[in-house]
Amino acid sequence: MTNPVAIVKGAISLIIGLGVTIKAFFSPVITTQYPREEINISLRFRGHTKLVGDKENPDRTLCIVCGMCEKNCPSGAIKKVEGEKKEGEKKKTLTTYILDFTTCSQCGICVEICPVDALAFSAEYNRAVYTREECHFDLVQEYEKRKAH
Amino acid sequence: MMEAVNNIVDLVGWEAIKLVIGLVGVLVVVVVNALVLTWAERKVSGHIQRRIGPKEVGPFGLLQPIADTLKLISKELLTPKNVERPLYFLAPVIVFIPVMVSFVVIPFDAYLQVKDINVGILVVLAFSSLSVLSILLAGWGSNNKYSLIGSVRSVAQNIAYEIPLLLALLSVVLMANSLSLRDIVESQKGLWYIFSQPIAFLVFFIAGVAETNRTPFDLPEAESELVAGFHTEYSGMRFALFFLAEYTNMFIICAITTTFFLGGYQGPILPGFVWFFGKTYLLVFVILWFRWTFPRVRFDQLLNFSWKLLIPVSLLNLIITGGILKL
Repeated sequence: MTNPVAIVKGAISLIIGLGVTIKAFFSPVITTQYPREEINISLRFRGHTKLVGDKENPDRTLCIVCGMCEKNCPSGAIKKVEGEKKEGEKKKTLTTYILDFTTCSQCGICVEICPVDALAFSAEYNRAVYTREECHFDLVQEYEKRKAH
Repeated sequence: MMEAVNNIVDLVGWEAIKLVIGLVGVLVVVVVNALVLTWAERKVSGHIQRRIGPKEVGPFGLLQPIADTLKLISKELLTPKNVERPLYFLAPVIVFIPVMVSFVVIPFDAYLQVKDINVGILVVLAFSSLSVLSILLAGWGSNNKYSLIGSVRSVAQNIAYEIPLLLALLSVVLMANSLSLRDIVESQKGLWYIFSQPIAFLVFFIAGVAETNRTPFDLPEAESELVAGFHTEYSGMRFALFFLAEYTNMFIICAITTTFFLGGYQGPILPGFVWFFGKTYLLVFVILWFRWTFPRVRFDQLLNFSWKLLIPVSLLNLIITGGILKL
């Protein structure tokens, strides 16, 4: 303790420490004031899955109602993938696609398995609901809503 | 109206009226200072950790301490079952009185001083060492192991650091040839004592930080080991009094440092009290800065640092100062 070399060394290390904190004091703040400002979600963020629209015909999605996602979902979170064949069209058109978000673990098997890449992860991260039923939502309706915007 | 005022003056005398006005002023300074410091502490800690700190209540969160005060006042005063009641109730009151007395002799400006006592620094040191008593009472009366350990640590620490504090001030007193704070400030007209007594300044400031139980010497209330130390069992307004005393003690230590080493209220152009408060709050900022930089020392390190380093160094400094002055 009374070794003068140790004292000088210790004092220098204290001054270096003070330098570190004062630098941090004058650096810009890195907190995001969440409800008032939002940052961009990273590209690979996994929100709930969403349907991808057909670029040539935005009225319909790319889905061909093959049911692969429903069959392969490990949690059984995808229900009632149903569609009908409209007149004058070659492929089936999706009518309902219920996603049970309470059991979905965003594993991404449905996104990977989809033969036509009609599924993708959305960037929605602040979904809050009051009842469990509100977490069962129809992706077709969600797509229609997105299309309207 | 004038007649009534004259009558009162005749009855109690100017000196007493001046004292009452001064004490009311001191009370205002104490409360406002504590409010500002709680805000500053949270803001400084926030920015050092690159957060924002309080910002919701009022502009820049400036009204946050007022909201906190309201909350503390409106809280129920809880008294644990097996406390030593007289001591438990007395401690928060006693912690506050000596702090107020120290303010009386501090010269805020050339003529802004409640009373210039010719042994001013003795008053400050005597009364600031009383706050240890209240910490001991709080720890003893709380009937809680954390409180007791905290207060015992506090006593050991305060006794150890009072000595270098005194010795450091003594070398300045030798140079100024007076114990009155006003005379000491006046004698720094040419050169501040921080330049002629840098070692005394360092020793005094370190010992002062330890006296106020601030990090890195915050063993009496070490959050991570003793819950809250000596004020573990206190809540509501009683806790607020301890809090108030801590921040006021901090201000006093910085004010004494300013008076003794940084030329007090002296400075060009601006009025004296602006210089005084500017210097004092700069030192307060340094103490806050210490808190968010240095980790807490161990107890043996704490005592070794005082007995093996600060006391010999300050004693040596005193002897050398005395020798040089004699030549």
